[in-house]
Amino acid sequence: MSGPTAESARPEAGEGAALAEPVAELSDITRLYRMGEEEVRALDEFSFTFRQGEYWAIMGSSGSGKSTLLNILGCVDRPTVGSYRVRDQEVADLDDDELSTFRGAELGFIFQSYNLIPQLDVLENILMPVMYQDEIPDGIEDRALELAKRVGLGDRLHHRPMQLSGGQQQRVAIARSLINDPALILADEATGNLDSKTANEILELFDELHAEGKTILLVTHEAEVGRRAENILRLKDGNIDSVERGAGRVEASDAE
Amino acid sequence: MRSSSLARAVRLGVSSLLLHKLRSFLTTLGVLFGVASVIAMLAVGEGASAEAQDQIRRLGSRNVILRSVKPPQVGDEDAEMRVLSYGLTRDDFERISETFPGVERAVPVLQTPAEVRSGELLCRPRVLCTPHLFQAVTRRDLFSGRFLTEQDEANRSLVCVLGYEVARYLHPFDTALGERVKVGEHYLEVVGVLNSRIPVGSVAVDPSSEAGGEVFVPLSTGRAYFGERQTQVRSGSMDIQEVQLHEIIVGAERDIDVPAVAAACRSMLKREHDEKDYEVIVPLELLARAEETKRIFNIVLGSIAGISLLVGGIGIMNVMLATVTERTREIGIRRALGAKRKHIVTQFLVETMVLSGAGGVVGVGVGLLIPWIVERTAELETIVEPAAPILAFGISVLVGIVFGLYPAWRAANMDPVEALRHE
Ligand SMILES: Nc1ncnc2c1ncn2[C@@H]1O[C@H](COP(=O)(O)OP(=O)(O)OP(=O)(O)O)[C@@H](O)[C@H]1O
Ligand SMILES: [Mg+2]
Repeated sequence: MSGPTAESARPEAGEGAALAEPVAELSDITRLYRMGEEEVRALDEFSFTFRQGEYWAIMGSSGSGKSTLLNILGCVDRPTVGSYRVRDQEVADLDDDELSTFRGAELGFIFQSYNLIPQLDVLENILMPVMYQDEIPDGIEDRALELAKRVGLGDRLHHRPMQLSGGQQQRVAIARSLINDPALILADEATGNLDSKTANEILELFDELHAEGKTILLVTHEAEVGRRAENILRLKDGNIDSVERGAGRVEASDAE
Repeated sequence: MRSSSLARAVRLGVSSLLLHKLRSFLTTLGVLFGVASVIAMLAVGEGASAEAQDQIRRLGSRNVILRSVKPPQVGDEDAEMRVLSYGLTRDDFERISETFPGVERAVPVLQTPAEVRSGELLCRPRVLCTPHLFQAVTRRDLFSGRFLTEQDEANRSLVCVLGYEVARYLHPFDTALGERVKVGEHYLEVVGVLNSRIPVGSVAVDPSSEAGGEVFVPLSTGRAYFGERQTQVRSGSMDIQEVQLHEIIVGAERDIDVPAVAAACRSMLKREHDEKDYEVIVPLELLARAEETKRIFNIVLGSIAGISLLVGGIGIMNVMLATVTERTREIGIRRALGAKRKHIVTQFLVETMVLSGAGGVVGVGVGLLIPWIVERTAELETIVEPAAPILAFGISVLVGIVFGLYPAWRAANMDPVEALRHE
């Protein structure tokens, strides 16, 4: 299930380089919500391709369809019409069980409200996505330990979420999203609940992940957060408003 | 990986339940009491019916017992002297013992209302005049000495055999064997003592009571010395009853002959007697009726226990439904992170089963304790069938599955997007 190694697929810096391999391809996606007689088109014939190693901020006014898009990208929601492929896998072809396994194996989720399981400790939370896989890879506990250390929680391994600060909880969530070496990391308002200092620490982690070649899609309201990303995709009424490539490339020190 | 993943699921379930200790504890109470009541009620019921069946078996399952019964009073109540003649006759006995097929032997019994004395001591046992065959047909054990013999019968010997209670009463410190006791107006030599019919260790039985006191005399001796007239003087009036035979114990050759023998006895008696001055007791029928009663008893007990388990199950289901709603978000997270529906079903089913299983285990403990206490305080016999605790525990786990399925199903079928949005 592991795709091309992150480093090799990383697009060369500089203009005109060959396009990296597509990771998520959406074509003519429509997501309809029916409220009685009324129809809401949360996404309206939306087409876009996210490529390996890209770091996108998805922005737009409230109700523009950001969360809907992220849900579809995260395979928790299915489009009403349209095709969505992740690494050459047509998502519509998967049944409920296969989709679950697929989410656990290929996707990393980071939520605004951290969403850790309260009765599990840090290490167990990080291991969650792997535990539901049909085969649990060897040495996964070591990997979880490594990730916990990496996000700076090496000394909090057996704390419960309630015993951690918001920033620490979000770090656990990030470690959790990395445990399965996902094709896509999806973050919905990942910094929305944090103060600017803590938010900045989290964004620095994203910068690091980006530097390692991870593909990151980050939904945000805040222009400041958007500017930290490599690219910005703006939505409006369920479709693309504007695409800014390279616009967000800013040195970390500038974002204070 | 399989077994350890189940162990993990159970551990997780327990830790989830421990987040709400009081709630989990209260939830298990329903199943706990249900299981305990199943075991306790079955133990008490089983004990009671075993005792009843034991009593019936002592009558001899291969026997049919015919008894004389005083018919409803007719005629002049105030007459100074009446002779009331009723009951089984010698002719009845002849017919049964000589012509009935399937009868191994018939034993006549004549009862005399005599006092039995030895020195200062006096009691009023049943004095049964009967031939030597009585012991064989009723399968009574000897305690000491011998039972009546054919010779006693032929010679009208002045001998008797005492029941254990009577012997103990008349001769508390030494053996009654060889002693003479006064039965009515006649002195009889004690040649044997029969074992008690009451199991060892029970409360002492009154030798004057129906159950305990028995003295056996040869039938010929009884007829010669006591006669067939039983005289009772009652507040100025003399009540004379004339009964030829008080009881005929008919022993069938085989168990399967019993119904036919019973039917033959009934139809013969019906034909020969104008009044219903007899009764026919068939221990085998009583046994069947006792079994039927026990079956109904078990059904009733089972229903009561079943209802309490049902209530316990509903309690669990109620709590689990609330839990599922409360943990909607957790379900959404788990689903988003790769849990299949079956994982969610397993998770909640395991939690329900841990709840009901814990209630079951403690319930088995309490259920075993109750009969133990009852036996010691109420002197009631109780029997815990080995299957009962297993059955009760099995039912408790089953309750967990049945009542856990719907909440688990609800949890598994939540839309992950909705679940994640849930506050
Ligand atoms: N479950 C639903 N039922 C009906 N309509 C829905 C549902 N979910 C979303 N919508 C509608 O779809 C549109 C897009 O919603 P979405 O949540 O994607 O917006 P968003 O860009 O994430 O907004 P915000 O920035 O406020 O989170 C909105 O008009 C919303 O009302
Ligand atoms: Mg949103």
